[in-house]
Amino acid sequence: METPLTRNIAPGKPPTDMGAYEQNGGYQGLRRAMAELSPGDCLQLVQDSNLRGRGGAGFPTGMKWSFVPMEKATPGHKYLICNADEMEPGTFKDRLLMERDPHQLIEGMILAAYTIQADIAYVFIRAEYHTAAARLRQAIADCYAKGYLGENILGSGYRLDMLVHSSAGRYICGEETALISALEGKRANPRAKPPFPQVSGLWGRPTIVNNVETLCNITHIIERGADWFKSLGVGEDAGTKLFGVSGRVKNPGCWELPMGTPIRDIIEGCAGGMEDGYQLRGFLPGGGSTDFLVAQHLDLAMDYNVIGKAGSRMGTGTMIILDDRTCPVGMVKNLMDFFARESCGFCTPCRDGLPWTSQILDDIENGRGCSEDLASLENNIGFIGAMGNTHCALAPGAMEPLQSALKYFREDFERHLSADRCPYGEAN
Amino acid sequence: MNPELINTLSEQELTAIDAELAHVPCKSAAAIDALKIVQEYRGWVSDDSLHAIARHLEMSADELEGIATFYNLVFRRPVGEQVILLCNSVSCWIKGCDKLQRTISRQLGIEMGETTTDKRYTLLPVSCLGDCDHAPAMMIGKTLHHDLTPESIVRLLAGD
Ligand SMILES: Cc1cc2nc3c(=O)[nH]c(=O)nc-3n(C[C@H](O)[C@H](O)[C@H](O)COP(=O)(O)O)c2cc1C
Ligand code: SF4
Ligand code: FES
Repeated sequence: METPLTRNIAPGKPPTDMGAYEQNGGYQGLRRAMAELSPGDCLQLVQDSNLRGRGGAGFPTGMKWSFVPMEKATPGHKYLICNADEMEPGTFKDRLLMERDPHQLIEGMILAAYTIQADIAYVFIRAEYHTAAARLRQAIADCYAKGYLGENILGSGYRLDMLVHSSAGRYICGEETALISALEGKRANPRAKPPFPQVSGLWGRPTIVNNVETLCNITHIIERGADWFKSLGVGEDAGTKLFGVSGRVKNPGCWELPMGTPIRDIIEGCAGGMEDGYQLRGFLPGGGSTDFLVAQHLDLAMDYNVIGKAGSRMGTGTMIILDDRTCPVGMVKNLMDFFARESCGFCTPCRDGLPWTSQILDDIENGRGCSEDLASLENNIGFIGAMGNTHCALAPGAMEPLQSALKYFREDFERHLSADRCPYGEAN
Repeated sequence: MNPELINTLSEQELTAIDAELAHVPCKSAAAIDALKIVQEYRGWVSDDSLHAIARHLEMSADELEGIATFYNLVFRRPVGEQVILLCNSVSCWIKGCDKLQRTISRQLGIEMGETTTDKRYTLLPVSCLGDCDHAPAMMIGKTLHHDLTPESIVRLLAGD
């Protein structure tokens, strides 16, 4: 089994610097592209590879890039932005990639920028990732010294500058149009689409925003080709993916596995199954804004459409386990509190609807709930969860764990209504 | 505000802010960077600092205030020497971050959002720190701590 994304990453191994990266074949993709591939050739490779975005939505990367206007006639900048805001509850993959192998990301970014002919690239990184930001800055400086960044990269005539922008907090900055607002120095309110950033993004110029893991994949696709990349997946989707498991399992962690790996292999194999004394009740397959799945789904493959058909989303591919001693109502309330806190406040259903929903959950969790509360929750899910009623996907995402908890753990909600406090006691 | 009371920015702060200005098409675009730079030197962003930054970036103080208060890691009130960022997102919650919060509160005598009377620590919540396989996690200053237990927290805060 090949693991291109983590080939330089192993427990106890020091972070990969320029020397180690090149010794292990690094910057060969860049050399190949600069010597023999046109931007159009690179785009074709990425389109043929079937790579889908690893930031949560799974949008085909090549298709996204194909919307960038390529005519030379429009003067001005084009931008490539790496979304390194990683704040989705339960997600821990991008930090690993940046801290342990920063050059893999930078090489992918140079190749992506070359493909869309961007002249400026940003890494938009969350404020708390000090170590990752420092390693990226060092790696970028090393690239300038080697001629991999700046004027006339490897003699190709192509010029690219790269900057690290460290953020100042707020989960909403990860939403790509909010990120662009933040990068312009404004409040991070999302923007209406269309126009899409590919056409009018940062400073009104064509802009591509991609996730860290997506861009790391580009490095290998350009070097080794689309067929190789497709052959890595064992199901419908192409490539490998960093999958993670957190919660009450024996061995929580993050592993690079083929796309399409069965969920059971990840939870019971890699993560070693449940901690002694705990049973699995359900799991969020890809971060805090994905719908719960339960034991009957364990044999499904981690592919975008398979998880979609089961009523959830692949999201970030990092799973959060609900065990039998943790209260599902409490877990959903924790998530709702998070989304309510992180609402950017721009639109009413989210700004007012999420705290209201949190309050209902708080009442239920603490034995103050009444039977009408469940109907109110359903009502809020219907209204806030519907795409189009809110300005961005934060609020609909907030409803996903709640709506599926009501489906799979309804008896827990009902038990709370007839009790005067949470039947689980304090789970933790 | 009385103009006499308005602070000026230090040489170092100005140099750092002007370096950011080199990368942006208009001065206000460096607003968040400038707030972070001043906070790095002064610990927080006072009204005086805010006015000084606004003047330097040729924007209104109100507009800058709107930006400063949006971001949770720009501090518009004084904080302690060390800010404790306790992750209270879902994986850390499952692994007992509420209990950790009570331990910290008991030991330091502060609730979430408060600063100790000796001005050493401020306790704030933070979104998932991307360390969920080692939950529960928190940061003290720029250092990440994980696999926390009430006992290890007591040692961290007492022992230094
Ligand atoms: C509220 C919200 C937060 C998001 N946070 C992130 C994030 O931290 N990192 C990320 O890559 N994508 C995040 N996204 C998704 C981005 O909007 C965007 O789809 C993604 O960066 C595209 O990259 P990809 O095509 O490579 O997946 C978020 C979306 C929403 C609605
Ligand atoms: S849905 Fe929430 S986060 Fe998104 S724009 Fe509306 S208020 Fe802001
Ligand atoms: S939930 Fe606390 S580090 Fe991820």
